[in-house]
Amino acid sequence: MMNKILAIVFAALMPVVGWAAEGHSVHLDKHETDLHDTASMQRGWALFKNYCLGCHSANYQRYERTADDLGVPAEMAEKYLVLPGHKIGEQMTVAMRTVDAKAWFGSPPPDLTLEARLRGTDWIYTYLRSFYADSSRPFGVNNTVFPNVGMPHALIELQGVPEKTCKPVPVVDEDGRTKVDPLTGKAFLETQCDVIGIKQGTGKLTEKEYDQAVYDLVNFLAYMGEPSKLDSMRIGTYVLIFLAILFVFAYALKREYWRDVH
Amino acid sequence: MGNPNRSKATGGLLGWIDARFPATQMWEDHLSKYYAPKNFNFWYFFGSLALLVLVNQILTGIWLTMSYNPSAEGAFASVEYIMRDVDMGWIIRYLHSTGASAFFIVVYLHMFRGMMYGSYRKPRELVWIFGMAIYLALMAEAFMGYLLPWGQMSYWGAQVIVSLFGAIPVVGEDLAQWIRGDYLISGITLNRFFALHVIALPIVLLALVVLHILALHEVGSNNPDGIEIKALKDERGIPLDGIPFHPYYTVKDIVGVVVFLFVFCTVVFFFPEMGGYFLEKPNFEPANGLKTPVHIAPVWYFTPFYAMLRAVTYPLFGVDAKFWGVVVMGAAIAILFVLPWLDRSPVKSIRYKGWMSKVALVIFALSFVLLGCLGATPSTGPRTVAAQLATVLYFAYFLLMPFYTRMESTKPVPERVTG
Repeated sequence: MMNKILAIVFAALMPVVGWAAEGHSVHLDKHETDLHDTASMQRGWALFKNYCLGCHSANYQRYERTADDLGVPAEMAEKYLVLPGHKIGEQMTVAMRTVDAKAWFGSPPPDLTLEARLRGTDWIYTYLRSFYADSSRPFGVNNTVFPNVGMPHALIELQGVPEKTCKPVPVVDEDGRTKVDPLTGKAFLETQCDVIGIKQGTGKLTEKEYDQAVYDLVNFLAYMGEPSKLDSMRIGTYVLIFLAILFVFAYALKREYWRDVH
Repeated sequence: MGNPNRSKATGGLLGWIDARFPATQMWEDHLSKYYAPKNFNFWYFFGSLALLVLVNQILTGIWLTMSYNPSAEGAFASVEYIMRDVDMGWIIRYLHSTGASAFFIVVYLHMFRGMMYGSYRKPRELVWIFGMAIYLALMAEAFMGYLLPWGQMSYWGAQVIVSLFGAIPVVGEDLAQWIRGDYLISGITLNRFFALHVIALPIVLLALVVLHILALHEVGSNNPDGIEIKALKDERGIPLDGIPFHPYYTVKDIVGVVVFLFVFCTVVFFFPEMGGYFLEKPNFEPANGLKTPVHIAPVWYFTPFYAMLRAVTYPLFGVDAKFWGVVVMGAAIAILFVLPWLDRSPVKSIRYKGWMSKVALVIFALSFVLLGCLGATPSTGPRTVAAQLATVLYFAYFLLMPFYTRMESTKPVPERVTG
C-alpha cells in the first residue's frame, strides 16, 4: 500500500518538471549575451542614446560609470554620448513629464535600466525585431511579441518598414532544427504568411546589419541591468579558488584533531 | 548542572575577569567542556551553518541599512544605488538576498535532521519548541524583508499575504488594515515593516537562538543513534561517547563552513537570481499598485504553505474557503510545535524505528517538496488535486504518528553510539 502511495506521489511530481518550462507562448530568438564584447556594448550605448533615451530613462545608471566600464574616454562620452544639458556624473534621466508621456503613449515609457533583468535579453532582442506595419494602430505599427504595444517603432529608419508578407522560409521540425533535403543538401523551403519582411529600400541597414544593431543594443541593456556582473565573476573566481585551498587546510586540520577519537 | 570538570583557578587578566564575570566558565560550559556525541554525521552541520548565516544576515543587513531609504518614493532607487554607486554594495546586497534563501535551506535541513533522529523527544522538547519559534520568527523576518526592495513582487506578495488576515470572519478586514496601516500596502506599511525587519524581529531571533542553545546545552545533544550519552560516564563524569565540542566539532564545522561557503559564494557571485527563485524577475520593476503581475508567487521558501492555502477550495460552515485555507496553513505550522508529544515510539532515531515510520518520513518529505513546487506555479485543476493530496499526506504524517509509532516493531537500540 505504501509503495502505491509513493508511486502516486512520484507521478504527481512528474508534471512539475514540465510546468517549470512553460511561460511565453511566443517564440523568442536567443540572444547570446557577451559582456566581454566592449565594442558591441559601445555601439549599443550609442544606439541607446540616439534612439531610446529620448523617451525612456535609465534613471539608476550614470553616464560616467558607463563610460568607465565600457572603456569610453570621458571627453568622448561627453561629446557624443551624454545628452545635451546633462553632466557626465548624472544619471540618464529624461525630460519628458509623466503626464505628457501618458497622454502621448497611453502609459509612460518604462525606465530601461533593469529591462534586461525584468524581461530577459531574448525577449528584448526578439521584440525589437518583431514590429510590423499596422495602419489600425496610432503609430502605424504593431508587434508580434507585445501585441498592441503603445510604443512606436523607434528603429524604423534603421530597419525600414516591416510588413507582414508571405515569403519562403526554411521548414523547421518539432525540435526547432531546419529540415534539409538529403539530395541537394539545402534546406526545405515553404511559403509562410504572417512573416515580417522589409519594404525594399526603406531602411538604412540590411536585415543582417539590423539584427547586429539590435544585438548590440541588447548587449548594452544587459550590461546596464547589472553593471557589476563582470566584476562579480572575476572576484567570484578568486573567492572560489581561495575557498578550495582553504578546504585542503581545514580538512587536514580536522583529520589531525580527530585522529585520537574512535 | 555544574560542570564536574571545571578548571578551578585562572590567573592574570583572565583571573581578574573570572573573579568578576564567568568568562572561563562560559567558555567551558558551552565549548571546551561541552561534551557532544562523537558520532555526529553530515546532518549535524546545519545548526552551526544556520548561526553563520544569521551572522551574515545581521552584518550585511547593517551595511545595507546605511544606504537604504525606507520610503515608497525612494526604496527601489536606493537598492539600485546600493547595487551601482555604493562601493562593493552589490556584494553586500547579494550576500543578504542569497543569505535569506540559504537560511531557509539550512534551517529546513536542520529541522529534517531533528525529525529523522528524534531530536525533539524528551528531554529536548523545549529545544524543539524554541527552534520552531525561531522558524516562525524567521518567516516573519523574511516576509517583511521581502517588501523592502519595493519591487512588483515585493508589493503584490505582501498584498496577497496581508489580505489573508482579511479572510478571518468579523475582525479580518480591520485586522488586515491595522497590519498595513493603510487601505492598501503603502509607504506606511513599508516603514513599519522596515522597523520590524531591522529591529524588532532580529532582537526576537537572537533571543530565541540564545534560548535554543541554552536549552540544548542543558540537556546535551542528541545523535544519529538517538541514545543518551550521559547514561554512561567515566570516573571523571565525562560521557564515554562524548567529546568536547571545542576543538573537535569546531574544527569539523570549519570544514562544513568552507564547503557551504563554496556553494553559497557560487550563487552570490555567479547566479544571484538563481533562475528567478532567489530574486524574482518581476521584482526588477518598481512597485505599482495599479498593475497586478500576471502570476504572483511567494519566494520559494514559502511555497509549500502557499500551496496548502490554495489547496483548500471548499467553503465550510458558511465561511469562505480562503479562511479555511488560512486555518490549514496555520495548522501546518502549529502542528510542528506539538511533534514531541505525537511521537510515541520507544526509540528516538529513525535507525531503530520500524518500516512505517521510515515510509511516513519519506512520504512527508516528498509531499512537502511537492507542495513547494506546486506553490510556485499557477494553480490549475490537476495541480489543485495534487496539492490537496499532498496536504492530506503532510497532516497524515503528524496525525497518524501516535498510532504508527506504537504499532510498529522497533529494532533494539545499542548501548554505545555506532559509527
